[in-house]
Amino acid sequence: MLITLLPQRRQLEISGRHRVAEVLRQLNLLPGTVMVIRGDELLTDRAIVEAEDSIEIRNVISGG
Amino acid sequence: MKCKRCKAAAEVHVRQHSSAFCRACFVVYFQRQVERAIHKQHMFSADEEVMVAVSGGKDSLALWDVLQVLGYRTVGLHLALGIGGYSTASTTRTEAFATERGLPLVVVHLEEEGCAIPQLAGFTNRPACAACGIAKRYYFDKLAFERGVSVLATGHNLDDEAARLLGNVLRWQVDHLAKQHPVLLPTHKRFVRKVKPLFRLSEYETAAYAFVRKIDYEVDECPNSSGATQLVYKDALNRIEAVMPGTKQNFLQDFLRLGYPVFARSVDSPPNSCSQCGMPAFAEVCSFCSLRREVDSKRARRATARRT
Ligand SMILES: [Zn+2]
Ligand SMILES: [Zn+2]
Repeated sequence: MLITLLPQRRQLEISGRHRVAEVLRQLNLLPGTVMVIRGDELLTDRAIVEAEDSIEIRNVISGG
Repeated sequence: MKCKRCKAAAEVHVRQHSSAFCRACFVVYFQRQVERAIHKQHMFSADEEVMVAVSGGKDSLALWDVLQVLGYRTVGLHLALGIGGYSTASTTRTEAFATERGLPLVVVHLEEEGCAIPQLAGFTNRPACAACGIAKRYYFDKLAFERGVSVLATGHNLDDEAARLLGNVLRWQVDHLAKQHPVLLPTHKRFVRKVKPLFRLSEYETAAYAFVRKIDYEVDECPNSSGATQLVYKDALNRIEAVMPGTKQNFLQDFLRLGYPVFARSVDSPPNSCSQCGMPAFAEVCSFCSLRREVDSKRARRATARRT
């Protein structure tokens, strides 16, 4: 799967299909600190991301 | 995961309540949470004009959206901070939001006031975030007073408030703890009531709300905020939250119920008026005028140095 991290605009790839929770664990991201977006849809921790999917992982924590 | 209300497939997982919602039900849930906070805390009534401080980020635009949907009369207030491209983009998004919905918006450009944040920070050797905090507080108070509104709403969410509480507790800032409440009543004739209608909603929830409502908010972070202590506190709380969901919420709610009344009792005397600008001040001049004095004298000294 192709992952775009925002706001860094960094792209990376993970092979195979995985649950969102597993993807976040691999990237060392805490639950509740990012939104996982596929197209127009928000994904919960238990949703499955297919190997050929592109997703966006968007940080929601701001420092103001 | 299924929606708690309608059993359709869930899109938003609200961890601290261990529930999940589909898109439509989440919007209803979110708006009700805000409405409940406004009523329960007596923040404002339907006949008051509410000034909303909007940065162009997810929280303040989500707040403005909800208040409009709930039928409140609002006016936006935006400070263009002068922090390069980040500020320009934030101002553009705020203006686009207001125009699209036909909402009134007051914009103040700090650069035109001679006090863009990089100037304030550069001339005084203060951290940019400290200077920014002083400038924001000053202009919010001043413009709310000048507009004649009785209430100013900000988009602070649960994570902001819990992080602030943690910081105040770690340093036992008793005077700050005495003022940490979602509703602050005015203690000076030029103060207006200050309210935080999103204080029960997490940062994830406000972001999800902005996303499903298709609000075009500024995703980039302020370049000054990397390494800000606020982010360190948020990270610590999120690590605890990952293991013990609901911690952030209980930390804040229990403080408001048990801690706040104790600290509020010990509060010091109300502010007097700044001898320079008339706004509330705890010293002879207010913190903003004192910051400007510093900037002006440094500026003058640098100009003289250049001439000699
Ligand atoms: Zn539903
Ligand atoms: Zn002053």
